[in-house]
Amino acid sequence: MANYTEDDLAKDLEQQEYKFGFTTDIESDKIPKGLNEDIIRLISKKKEEPEWLLEYRLKAYRVWKNMVEPEWAHVEYEKPKFDEIIYYAAPKQKKKYESWDDVEPELKETMKKLGISMEEQKRLTGVAVDFVMDSVSVATSFKEKLKELGIIFCSFSEAVQEYPELVKEHLGTVVPMTDNFYAALNSAVFTDGSFCYIPKGVKCPMELSTYFRINESGTGQFERTLVVADEGSYVSYLEGCTAPQRDENQLHAAVVELIAKDNAEIKYSTVQNWYPGDKDGKGGVYNFVTKRGICERNAKISWTQVETGSAVTWKYPSCILKGDNSVGEFYSVAVTNNYQQADTGTKMIHLGKNTKSTIISKGISAGKSQNSYRGLVQVHASADHARNFSQCDSLLMTDKCGAHTFPYIECKNKTAKIEHEATTSKIGEDQIFYCLQRGISEEKAISMIVNGYCKEVLNQLPMEFAVEAQKLLTISLEGSVG
Amino acid sequence: MTTTTEKKKSDFYQNLTTTEINVDSKDRALAEKVCEQAIIPTTKNEYWKYTRLTKLTKPKYIQQKEEIGDITSFVIDQDAFTLVFVNGFFNEDLSSKNKPSGVEFKILSEKEALPPLQATIEGALFTAINTKYLCDGVELVFKEKNQVKTPVQILHIIKGENTISNFRVLVKNERFSEGQLILGEFSEGGKTKLSNIVVDFKMEEQSKLHVDKIQFEDEETFHISTENIRQKKNSQFTINTITLNGALVRNNLNFEVKGENCESNLNGAYLLKGKQHVDNHTVVDHQVAHCNSNELYKGVIYDKGTAVFNGKVFVRQDAQKINAFQSNGNVLMSDYATVNSKPELEIYADDVKCSHGSTTGQLDEEAVFYLRTRGISEDSARELLIAAFIDEVLDMVQNENIRTFIDKIISARFHQNI
Repeated sequence: MANYTEDDLAKDLEQQEYKFGFTTDIESDKIPKGLNEDIIRLISKKKEEPEWLLEYRLKAYRVWKNMVEPEWAHVEYEKPKFDEIIYYAAPKQKKKYESWDDVEPELKETMKKLGISMEEQKRLTGVAVDFVMDSVSVATSFKEKLKELGIIFCSFSEAVQEYPELVKEHLGTVVPMTDNFYAALNSAVFTDGSFCYIPKGVKCPMELSTYFRINESGTGQFERTLVVADEGSYVSYLEGCTAPQRDENQLHAAVVELIAKDNAEIKYSTVQNWYPGDKDGKGGVYNFVTKRGICERNAKISWTQVETGSAVTWKYPSCILKGDNSVGEFYSVAVTNNYQQADTGTKMIHLGKNTKSTIISKGISAGKSQNSYRGLVQVHASADHARNFSQCDSLLMTDKCGAHTFPYIECKNKTAKIEHEATTSKIGEDQIFYCLQRGISEEKAISMIVNGYCKEVLNQLPMEFAVEAQKLLTISLEGSVG
Repeated sequence: MTTTTEKKKSDFYQNLTTTEINVDSKDRALAEKVCEQAIIPTTKNEYWKYTRLTKLTKPKYIQQKEEIGDITSFVIDQDAFTLVFVNGFFNEDLSSKNKPSGVEFKILSEKEALPPLQATIEGALFTAINTKYLCDGVELVFKEKNQVKTPVQILHIIKGENTISNFRVLVKNERFSEGQLILGEFSEGGKTKLSNIVVDFKMEEQSKLHVDKIQFEDEETFHISTENIRQKKNSQFTINTITLNGALVRNNLNFEVKGENCESNLNGAYLLKGKQHVDNHTVVDHQVAHCNSNELYKGVIYDKGTAVFNGKVFVRQDAQKINAFQSNGNVLMSDYATVNSKPELEIYADDVKCSHGSTTGQLDEEAVFYLRTRGISEDSARELLIAAFIDEVLDMVQNENIRTFIDKIISARFHQNI
């Protein structure tokens, strides 16, 4: 490996196969493909939803019908055929699981392959896992413990049944159904997701975690996540994704809404590693996600994401800093390889006084991929003394890939301070030379440099998640990250 | 990438008469097509996201010849060789007679045929209008192996109600030539005028050109500038765009760097007051390797002014070893001032150094306080700090005469404003 060069690295990266590509064979409960009002009624009926939610879905569908797919993102892909998609698939359940032991062994096996064996998680880490297999949650742990504190952490459909007032009060308040094409689609057909409520003054003692996984072939996943942190509470929420290898494109259009009330804090971490397509750019997941949080007075929302998967990513976790003194943060590592395309970034909307936001974005492009940062910092006239710092760096690994930066800065207040800086470069030959000189192999040197480059973001991840994140980074850039 | 969004068809240029100048036939055909489509860009068009053209497209414009008595207040550099254009038409009496050697000029209406335009006409309504309804313009050639020490000064003055001036300058720097060009854009009376100026720069191998563009029109003048710069091997090009007044000013600056070892410098300063709107839209397209570009735009916004900066740097595949720097700084002086800044990078090559930065803020109160403790009045302290902020750009203007001209205007501005 002494002569391991960047070309070798590029070759290695190209040949890198998707390690989590396997399919679990579980009989699925499907509905006919395509989308119309009847399908929505059917989904709603199957999930035994109240009338108001059906109305909500139908309204969203009517809005969606009149919308056109956005084309402004710096990505090229074959548009999903919306009438070819099956909008609802739930693993067939013979009975409801009373305990962990009742869960089918196949499911357990899947989780084992993902390295998130539930028994182990339960015993060792204290992470409560709401495991989503396709669209219906099949197992939820640590619920009892959380219940004692009054924390609600359950699947979305369960929340609709058991806490309809809470859901009704908050659903669509941060991401209205009219927000964008995919948010409207999601509002119409979302099948399941997670719901989380932290009562006043409660600090959630453990990291709440959901593992999403697309399984059924030809099934679009439309997850809906709603996290409400009441006054003075704190929660750290983890979300991680892997998907089986598949040749046809799969659409994923999730909506995540965070609500941080006065003095509350939400930390939302994502590791995304869906199937990115093979080395010729065939297949892969389309990831069109709307994530947004709203901060009331003195509240804080922090987004951390490690994006390594998906063929096409279109994702902008955003913060609306509505209350005075609220804080928004965005830390992101986006890795693209082969023919992957990512257009990701954030929006920081400053409305309240003394609001602060920080954006750290690190892009790594390899192979023939395109990696874009697109961000908006908007300071309204009411946001006195707003403060923003943005830094977006791009690292190019080959001469065939692209790295782009599209920051939008809009300022209407004279007391605001906004800084933005961005750099694009490749790994410095002098840096590698320095390492070689110290007896470190080229491969290790590259790994070190990439690691150091991402450190600012990786440090933001909770301990339990950092290991997983590193694992995924290793897989995406194997040969360079040790 | 720019999608045109159709609004209602507009008639703001319907009363104009088609030019008799022999513009390139392909250009003419294309321009007629675009004018026929009459798609006025709205803010839904990414390229015009922050600039509304509603007011600009309201009047029914006319082309007209006007006389001007005195140009002393418009002369930026007294020592320069001056060509004067009023409403886009050449005024021989007011222009200089002693042409320096090494530079040739020809009025476009006297030319048999114009070369094809460098700037794109397709989808660019204002360039199309400029082509179809061209008033007049000038072709300027810096001759091969000549270093022209005397600056050439082109003064454009717009006058009279509802006047449109479709004015064009074609600059060609032959091999090993060197020159200085001053573009002065002024106005004299009359409501709702539109200066629609297209400038092409053709930089041959080893040539060098320094351009200072001073925009000082009144609050009744809309201004659309489209500059296209095509650079060949080893050429150096610098343009400083200083916007001191105007109602709505849009500067489209487009660099196409086609040869290796080129240097492209683009700097801009803008001082806004009232309801002024200044939009600087720049594109630097690095098509080949081993080039440098530096971009610095700075502005101070008073009152209800709106400043827009949109800078784009393209680095094409295989254009390795590019150094491209881009920076935008803004100071807001009022509660109603707005800044929209969009510094973009689009990079397809790996061995490059590209960076951009954007800052927005207000004057440092501690710095103001420091100056006051030294016995300087608050007004003077602020003036000093703003001058220091904007000086970074103004220092790029090397010609002393131009600098004096700018400083005089800025100083007058300070004393009205504070």
